[in-house]
Amino acid sequence: MSRRTMIEAIRDAMDVEMGRDDNVVVFGEDVGYFGGVFRCTAGLQAKYGRDRCFDTPISELGIVGTAIGMAAYGLRPCVEVQFADYVYPAYDQIVSEAARLRYRSAGEFTCPIVIRMPTGGGIFGGQTHSQSPEALFTHVSGLKVVVPSNPYDAKGLLIAAIEDPDPVIFLEPKRLYNGPFDGHHERPVTPWSKHRLGEVPDGHYAIPLGQAAVRREGSAVTVLAYGTMTHVAEAAAEDTGIDAEVIDLRTLLPLDLDTVRKSVEKTGRCVVVHEATLTSGFGAELAALVQEHCFFHLEAPVRRIAGWDTPYPHAQEWDYFPGPERVGRALRETVEV
Amino acid sequence: MATAAKKAPQRAKSDSKPKSPPRTPALADFSKEQELAAYDAMLLIRRFEEKAGQLYGMGFIGGFCHLYIGQEAVVTGMQMALKEGDQIITGYRDHGHMLATGMSPRGVMAELTGRRGGYSHGKGGSMHMFSKEKNFYGGHGIVGAQVPLGTGLAFANRYRGNDNVSVVYFGDGAANQGQVYESFNMASLWKLPVVYVIENNRYAMGTAVSRSSAETDFSHRGLSFRIPGIQVDGMDVRAVKAAADLATEWCRSGEGPIILEMQTYRYRGHSMSDPAKYRSKDEVQKMRSEHDPIEQVKTRLVEKKWASEDDLKAMDKKVRDIVADAADFAQSDAEPDASELWTDVVH
Repeated sequence: MSRRTMIEAIRDAMDVEMGRDDNVVVFGEDVGYFGGVFRCTAGLQAKYGRDRCFDTPISELGIVGTAIGMAAYGLRPCVEVQFADYVYPAYDQIVSEAARLRYRSAGEFTCPIVIRMPTGGGIFGGQTHSQSPEALFTHVSGLKVVVPSNPYDAKGLLIAAIEDPDPVIFLEPKRLYNGPFDGHHERPVTPWSKHRLGEVPDGHYAIPLGQAAVRREGSAVTVLAYGTMTHVAEAAAEDTGIDAEVIDLRTLLPLDLDTVRKSVEKTGRCVVVHEATLTSGFGAELAALVQEHCFFHLEAPVRRIAGWDTPYPHAQEWDYFPGPERVGRALRETVEV
Repeated sequence: MATAAKKAPQRAKSDSKPKSPPRTPALADFSKEQELAAYDAMLLIRRFEEKAGQLYGMGFIGGFCHLYIGQEAVVTGMQMALKEGDQIITGYRDHGHMLATGMSPRGVMAELTGRRGGYSHGKGGSMHMFSKEKNFYGGHGIVGAQVPLGTGLAFANRYRGNDNVSVVYFGDGAANQGQVYESFNMASLWKLPVVYVIENNRYAMGTAVSRSSAETDFSHRGLSFRIPGIQVDGMDVRAVKAAADLATEWCRSGEGPIILEMQTYRYRGHSMSDPAKYRSKDEVQKMRSEHDPIEQVKTRLVEKKWASEDDLKAMDKKVRDIVADAADFAQSDAEPDASELWTDVVH
């Protein structure tokens, strides 16, 4: 047991799985020799050799397609797409092949691949290094979608993802790699070493996909969030003094609807928060589900706080980012209805 | 959990002197057994596809149906060179490939008609069938999408340290997809045992090669990735077999990937709704009468007195019976239960 950054926790998960199963291979652009642009794979090539952790050409479609072929044959590829913004060329393979192999072969073949990618903003990456494309994947039947919010979860979820028989999109909020960023960008960064969830056990443990976590208990309003936004939501609750219950979904598909329902039935109010653009975002799905399942418990409209429907800006990053102030305002307005 | 790979992966030899680039091999005559086997295999595909076309016309097959008639020598000759464990993956014109691997005509036909006994229980249809037993990895409906997958299969072969080769079929149309070249680069970089078989049947749906391709010699498509390629008379099953022998030997000896451009021809339309305005009837007729892959073998069998007219008739009857049985099964087998909508899905 030791305190680790999210980068170290993710690396540890791959290390544990490569040690347990020779079928696990890790590759991507600059993943082998260089150790990954965010260093998530540093040291793995030295430890496991160039056959098990290696560099690829800059060919996202080819990387993912090749991984699918390997998986069909029984390997367990865990590939890195350098930024979630680079995954679009691979979308064809993810949607038409990875997500469909089990169904169209009537279960004869499965596709146990993990596609890891850094997601979200907060590092002034501009429109091609800041996006949150999770809804493009949650809309596809046949995929699982995971977004961890801390080192402990990141390791346990990534291990579960690698051991899962089906394709998993594993989105790593890059602003959280080194600390629990809560949206107060003007304050110094808190490192994971000072956070409870930076405590990461050694060795193997898995967090089952499809289980949300209640980050903060409360009775006034439920906040549904994932990734960076769970920390922002907690900060908004502290800042406003509103007794909000913050739920970290952890996996979007499969979704832990039970935990969501129980909380909203208790609080009667719900605010959905994500960093991705609003329209057709995953928040729309959450709002619809809450409406369907908790309608008679609701005392206020379900609110969505999200990125604006614009490209991710560079200079105006903090005007775009749905920070604690915007979330706090929504909490206040929702409890006052 | 700890299911270790069978043996440590071997890296391909990279510092040894590469072999000289392969050339189109000389045509070697088939033995009597080979001629008869090729004739039998090609006839099965031809008669199966003719029946599929009929069933489509009668409304038993819905959606899409791409017939392989005319191209039979390609999969037949390739298959004759393969050994146990070699993988096959292809695009949407896939019925011939499946039959060549020995997959059951009943299972293929019943998938076309969307029945329970189909290879994918009616979930896949014409373009999406698989068989682990026969190492057939689909059946892929997106043009070119199978090429990286087949490259991954080749990676898995090398990783496992086995001696198998992945055979990746795609057409002249798919050869213009970007992911083909991403695959070429990786396969050559990592010296993967993969045979890329480009089935050049001259038309990508209705677009002639000359109207879509800046380089119409597809054996050259791997040049800038250092992948050798050869052109093969894809209408002559002996030429295909000789090229396949050469290519699989090249891969198994650790030289990396190789391209075989099969110059072939499809007699029927791209799919069942094809106005056929992009080529002349004379062109099709000339190919049929002068280059038909089955007639070529038949002529040799008769000339060499390896089969009498009666023998050939008996073979034809046997094949027709197999196909009729498959068609009966595909029309009488039950349709999938509604509950199947929710099986084999990811939750």
